Amino acid sequence: MPSGWKETDVVYVDQPELTAAERLYLPQIWGGMKTTLRHMFSKALRERTVIQYPEQQRPLRVEIYRGVHRLNRDEQGRVACVACFMCETACPAHCIHIEGAPSPWPDREKYPIQFDIDELRCIYCGMCEEACPVDAIELTPEFKLVGRSREEMIFDKEKLLMVFDQTRHMKPRKNPAITGYTSAGPGGPA
Amino acid sequence: MVDAVRDLLASQFAFSVLFICVSLVVILTAVAYCILAERKVAAWVQDRYGPNRVGPWGLLQPIADGVKMFLKEDFRPAGADTVLFYVAPVLALVVSLIGFVVLPLGGDVRWPWMPAGETIAVQGASIDIGVLYLLAVGSITVYGVVLGGWSSNNKFAFYGSMRSAAQMLSYEVPMGLAILTVLLTMGELRLENLVKAQIGATWNVLLHPVAFLLLLTTSLAETNRAPFDLAEAEQELVGGYHTEYSSMKFAMFFLGEYAHIITGSGLIVALFFGGYEPVPFTRLLAGVTGFGWLHWIAVSTSPAAMLLRLAVFAVKIAFFVFVFMWIRWTLPRFRFDQLMRLAWKGLVPVGMTIVVIQGTLLYLGRPVHWITPAAEVAVLLALAAVAMLRPAAITGRQASLQRADAAELARALGRTGATFN
Repeated sequence: MPSGWKETDVVYVDQPELTAAERLYLPQIWGGMKTTLRHMFSKALRERTVIQYPEQQRPLRVEIYRGVHRLNRDEQGRVACVACFMCETACPAHCIHIEGAPSPWPDREKYPIQFDIDELRCIYCGMCEEACPVDAIELTPEFKLVGRSREEMIFDKEKLLMVFDQTRHMKPRKNPAITGYTSAGPGGPA
Repeated sequence: MVDAVRDLLASQFAFSVLFICVSLVVILTAVAYCILAERKVAAWVQDRYGPNRVGPWGLLQPIADGVKMFLKEDFRPAGADTVLFYVAPVLALVVSLIGFVVLPLGGDVRWPWMPAGETIAVQGASIDIGVLYLLAVGSITVYGVVLGGWSSNNKFAFYGSMRSAAQMLSYEVPMGLAILTVLLTMGELRLENLVKAQIGATWNVLLHPVAFLLLLTTSLAETNRAPFDLAEAEQELVGGYHTEYSSMKFAMFFLGEYAHIITGSGLIVALFFGGYEPVPFTRLLAGVTGFGWLHWIAVSTSPAAMLLRLAVFAVKIAFFVFVFMWIRWTLPRFRFDQLMRLAWKGLVPVGMTIVVIQGTLLYLGRPVHWITPAAEVAVLLALAAVAMLRPAAITGRQASLQRADAAELARALGRTGATFN
């Protein structure tokens, strides 16, 4: 007995004894068989319980579900990322690889020329989404990913932008695009 | 050419060989579709659909399963006995199939070109010791199980096969006693004469209800079927005696189990449910206008009637296979000691009682028909009274728990001298 417990603390619960009718066994077995027969021939119960995937699917109940990533575009259609490397630093699985370069646009200092995310190494924690200062990387609720090889599942910049193009109506950007990045801070002129 | 075919069909031996070939194909297909039926029945009991993707209603699923079984890797574990490892599943399958041969599936047939009065028995083999052959062959299935477990070089497989062997041997005793009761009143071992006697009188299930229940229960146990499937339960022993088997050898164990179920159902139908008679009491119904055709199906020797009889037998076997599956998905499984206790302390005394009663009735003269089931039902009622009036049986585990509680209580209250037994 663990210390501090008294004998009177313990309640002995016995298995309930079988009643006289239950001790006959055979009628109980027949009652059980009637139940299973009822379930067997009840089409209504079956239709109520089963969702025939993929013809029918459960409605997506959680819009904030962390699925595959996308790179957001701003209003002008340019990639919103400024290649600050914060998401790559924050990622616990080290699945983001960015290469930055001077941007060709006047109102931004840097932009990524390579932005790879290995969707198989990713743990879908959302740290990159939280780290991004310009809300460029976001996790969509899309989870039905299929790839036939490991190489196919490394999403590059084009693929991530394509995910944005396909999901912008399903899940619009969380926050409006932040424009005008210079060393003087966002919002100011170049 | 046509004459040669006619002579062939008119000879019992050639016809039997042909019938065996055809029924082999039919049984193997039926066994493959039994697997689909099992999955469908299991699904419907559990409020879901079962296989419905491969072909309409999943009807091509057995073909997919067959292809899968052929294409899987076929390996032998290190240290497994070479010959026995390959022989065990073959034994399990073949032995279950050869029992089917004595079932009187189609009665007698007289082809139009045969001389009047001559008939051919539509079954694989019409032998004098029909039922005894089936019992003997059913006992050999134990070999497949035991050898499978032992030759796997795996102690859990061996454990499972030992349990399974003990179970199968224990349940053969009440099975023999139940069949013996029927044979006592019928006085025949040939299955086709047993069926014909039932057509002339009533179905044996009405004369021997307790023997029927006994045969149903022991058939469940003989085929390692729930609730007696501890030996192959996944929660207990991974796979029991077929853990180490893969691909075609595993398929043969599986198919052997279903073939045994079909043969067992065939025996139940032939012994208790009038074989190929569509409904009971057809001879009495023949007097009623409009129902004479039922008796015609049962006794006519025309080929059309033979086909109808085969269909009736097949439908009845299918019904009992369904009953086996229905029971499996209703009842939780027995623990091994409960299983053995049921066999030796439950079914064997019941079996012996009804054998003694039927034997006594036989000795006292020709048994009047109503007294045979009355005696058996009396036995059942006596058992029911005993079960209801006695306090509930305490199994080994409950008793030891009670003792443990008593010991702990005594210790906690400081009383010494408590006995531990």
